[in-house]
Amino acid sequence: MRKGIGEFEDFRDGCKNAVPICLGYMAVSFAFGIEASKIGMTTFQAAMTSLLNVTSAGQFSALELIARNGSFVELAILQLIINLRYMLMSTALSQKLDTKINTLHRLGISYGVTDEIFAVSIFKKGPLYPMFSYGLIATSVFGWVFGTVLGSIAGQLLPQRLISCLGLAIYGMFIAIIIPDTRKNRTLLVVVLCAMTMSTVFTYAPILKMISSGFRIIIVTVVVAAIAAVISPIKEEANE
Amino acid sequence: MSKVYAYILLMAVVTYLIRALPLTLIRKEIKSSFIKSFLHYVPYATLAAMTFPAILSATDYVLSSVVGFAVALVLAFNKKSLLTVAGCACFAAFVVELFL
Repeated sequence: MRKGIGEFEDFRDGCKNAVPICLGYMAVSFAFGIEASKIGMTTFQAAMTSLLNVTSAGQFSALELIARNGSFVELAILQLIINLRYMLMSTALSQKLDTKINTLHRLGISYGVTDEIFAVSIFKKGPLYPMFSYGLIATSVFGWVFGTVLGSIAGQLLPQRLISCLGLAIYGMFIAIIIPDTRKNRTLLVVVLCAMTMSTVFTYAPILKMISSGFRIIIVTVVVAAIAAVISPIKEEANE
Repeated sequence: MSKVYAYILLMAVVTYLIRALPLTLIRKEIKSSFIKSFLHYVPYATLAAMTFPAILSATDYVLSSVVGFAVALVLAFNKKSLLTVAGCACFAAFVVELFL
C-alpha cells in the first residue's frame, strides 16, 4: 500500500518506538550536560554539541580534549575512531532501504545513526521508510538535547557534593552497556579486560603517560579491536 | 572560548561524514571478515578504555569512585538496566561520601 518514503502514520510509529530511547538519552545527556558545564561550556554550547553530534562516547571523549585546548587533528581522529562503528551500521541500514530512496533522504537518515536508533531500525519488520526514521530521530534527539540542557543547568546549580557523585553516571552507563555482553561471549570479556588494562598502563607508566587521553583511547581501541578481530573473527550473523 | 564552536563544528562534520558516506555511497555489503569483526569489537574496547582508569577520578574521592565502580560492575553483571546501574553507582558514591 504505502510506498516511497512512507506516510505520517510511519512518522508517528517511529516516535512511539523511540520513547524508551528518548528517556534513556535524557539520562545519559544529563550526565553530559553536567560534564560540559564542569569544563566551562555554556548551556548553549553544550546543547549545540548534542544537537549536531548525537553521539555519547564521542561527545564525552571530546570534552576532555576541549578542556585542555587539544589539537583539531587529534579531535578529528578521535571522533573518527570512536564513531567508526557508525560506518558499519550505516552500511547495514543502506541494505534495508529501498533502492529508490533518493540521496536527500539518505542524508536525512544519516544524521540519526546511533547505537539505539540503529538497533530499532534494523530490527523493524518490513521495509524501512524514511518517515519512520524521522520519527525515531526527532523523538530521540529531543531527549538527547533536552537532557543536555537540564544537565548543564544542574551542573551550575547543584551542590558540589551531588555533582561529585553524578560524575559516576556516565561510567555506570558505559559499564551497563559493555558488561552484560561479556557474560555470553568470552572474547568480549577479554577485549574489555585488555582494553582496561592497557588503558591503565598508558595512564600511569613512565613516558607512555605523556600520551594524551584522546590518543590513548584511539591506540587502545585500534590495537585491542584489531587483535580480537584476527584471533576471534565474528561468525556470520544475520542482522535481520 | 570561541574556539569551542570550531571544536563542535569539526566533530559534527567528521561524525556526520562517517554516518552519511556509507548510507549514500556503499550499496553493497562489507565482505571483509576482518573489518566486520574489527568494527564489532570497537565499541567494547572504546568504552572499556574510556571507563578505566578514568572512573577512579570521576568523583571527588577515590574511595567513593571505587565503591561506585564495584556497585556498577555487580549490577551490570546481573543485567540490570542502564538507569539502575548508573543511578545505584551514583547513590553508593553519595552514601560513601557522607562518611568522608
